[in-house]
Amino acid sequence: MSIIQEKIISKIQGTAMPKPANDQNTDDIVPARFLKEITFSKMGNYAYYDERFKEGKKIEEHPFNNSKYASAKILVAGANYGCGSSREHAPQALKRFGINAIIAESFSEIFAGNCASIGLIGITVSKENISKLIETINENPKTEFTIDLEKKKILFNEKEIPFDIIEARRQSFLNGTWDAMAILQKNESKIKELEKKLAYLQFK
Amino acid sequence: MSKNTLYDKVWELHKICELNDKQVQLFVGRHLVHEVTSPQAFEMLNENNLQVRNSNLTFSVVDHVIPTDNLSRPFKDTQAELMTKTLEENVKNNSIRFFGIGSGKQGVCHVVFPEQGIIWPGQVAVCGDSHTCTYGAFGALAFGIGTTQVSHVLATQSLAMDKLKIKKINFTGKLNKGITAKDLALFMIKKLGVKGGVGFAYEFSGSLVSELDMEARMTICNMAVEGGARLGYFNPDTITFNYLKDKEFAPKKDFDEAVEFWKSIASDANAEFDDIIEINASEIKPVITFGVNPQQAVLINEKIPSSENFSGKEKEEFIDALNYQGLNENQSIEGVPVDLVFIGSCTNGRLTDLIQAAEILKNNKVKVKTWIVPGSEQVKKKAEELGLDKIFITAGCEWRFPGCSICLAMNPDRLIGNQRSAATSNRNFKGRQGSPTGRTHLMSPYSAAATAIEGKIANPLKYLK
Repeated sequence: MSIIQEKIISKIQGTAMPKPANDQNTDDIVPARFLKEITFSKMGNYAYYDERFKEGKKIEEHPFNNSKYASAKILVAGANYGCGSSREHAPQALKRFGINAIIAESFSEIFAGNCASIGLIGITVSKENISKLIETINENPKTEFTIDLEKKKILFNEKEIPFDIIEARRQSFLNGTWDAMAILQKNESKIKELEKKLAYLQFK
Repeated sequence: MSKNTLYDKVWELHKICELNDKQVQLFVGRHLVHEVTSPQAFEMLNENNLQVRNSNLTFSVVDHVIPTDNLSRPFKDTQAELMTKTLEENVKNNSIRFFGIGSGKQGVCHVVFPEQGIIWPGQVAVCGDSHTCTYGAFGALAFGIGTTQVSHVLATQSLAMDKLKIKKINFTGKLNKGITAKDLALFMIKKLGVKGGVGFAYEFSGSLVSELDMEARMTICNMAVEGGARLGYFNPDTITFNYLKDKEFAPKKDFDEAVEFWKSIASDANAEFDDIIEINASEIKPVITFGVNPQQAVLINEKIPSSENFSGKEKEEFIDALNYQGLNENQSIEGVPVDLVFIGSCTNGRLTDLIQAAEILKNNKVKVKTWIVPGSEQVKKKAEELGLDKIFITAGCEWRFPGCSICLAMNPDRLIGNQRSAATSNRNFKGRQGSPTGRTHLMSPYSAAATAIEGKIANPLKYLK
């Protein structure tokens, strides 16, 4: 299998966990003191650390600690998810914790871009459908959801909900080209052309 | 869809090609690099045997993790030392210009790069830092990116981007005495909300603009991201050109040609926007945040709202914010006691901010611990030339070395337990200032200085004659 083929993502299947507050920021997702590591390798341990552990005590009911949601692959969030700092540590932490897709009412731009560039799916649905998804998880945390990127639908319990995603991102997941490095490099001759045209680069 | 705006023009100038539906490969004219969000990007380059493509367009500084009291190396914090060393090695191996401690140019990245004349109108400027939007003050398209994108820019001097919509914000009226750009920015976010800018770039415009100097414009653009906008910008004008003239890294021989180019990229008179709103600055009094995001704010003479004003999820979030902050609904914000005052950061760590703080602190004494952290070595030097350091020290403040400090507490500066701070920085998120239960109130340098004198949140206007 080629590297690109390995990176193709057309479906995410699994259980989901609820985290519905609005305006969850990247300081919530990974507190700044955990940013002092020069690799991302341990970030999964720090996901929502200050909400999950208070004064050294594990908060059992936090969705990231709760055994009900163990091995959930999908996170259901509110509006403006991932606002604040641009730290890629935040989506890295979620991905390394085991989250493969986030369904939100809306995302902060920088966070959404960071998710896309590491192959973490971010999709948006209406406020009403967020509530519907949360209700479904609350009724039965074992509910299996399928995010189908080809059909642009979330499937569960023989129901379906449409979702939105920037079309370029959807294509990049389906093509396995979400890590843009190779594509950007391929256009080297065009980068050179633009460099020649951009007058301010020559200002002395 | 927007048309003939600065954003549209600069976007077109930097568009290398279309990648697929709406996404564009965008050339980057300035890449700024700091120690926190770059080590993994350099590692990605090494692993894939890639080189830094344009080291001449890349500049670097260390700011987030360095102590502000004792700069001797190695730092006591071994992680901070390793992070700094890693950056020093990466910039050396890749011939990237670096402003190290003691170079005379070191400081908070978003203070340093503008003051050195590195940021120009019409550039696309990126950095692995959300407050990169500060550079919009110059009429640059400047925005924060993640670490994977940092590696893209290092290797290809470009990145894949989606175009934003544009909301024009017309500032009208006047800023009354004692009301600063920070109050204006907080007022704007209070009005539009922290989600108000999601999907948008903000163009700051209107009759007030000609009265805002570059430092004020930087404070406003810095806070654009706190209002949900990925970037904000002012159209470049004589104030911009005068600021850049004779700066070390600004054009010299070609300055006149540069000014012609800079004028040409400003939004046209017939520019079209996706949305236009107006903010009347005359209504503004000192703005203070009470909650855990910058939209949860009141004017100094106002009370914290009642929970009856909210419903559903918003009500839950409001009550949760007050519980976290240890405050009550309908309580006056004025008079809330604080444990620490922090004056500094990429929002308010520039010379004007320190002059304003000194105006209030002169011939007064502070009642609580007060840290004054200049934004850069250059700001520190200029402040000392004006004798501001003496005013601060006489008032009982600590005059510290430049860095990000307790804005985000990646260095030893931090709140302890549920201490409460009055801060001129940009984020009052839970745990932001280093303690998972610490509390933050955002405000202007004037308000922070008045609060330091009284040991509780205070109205600065009574100190200004």
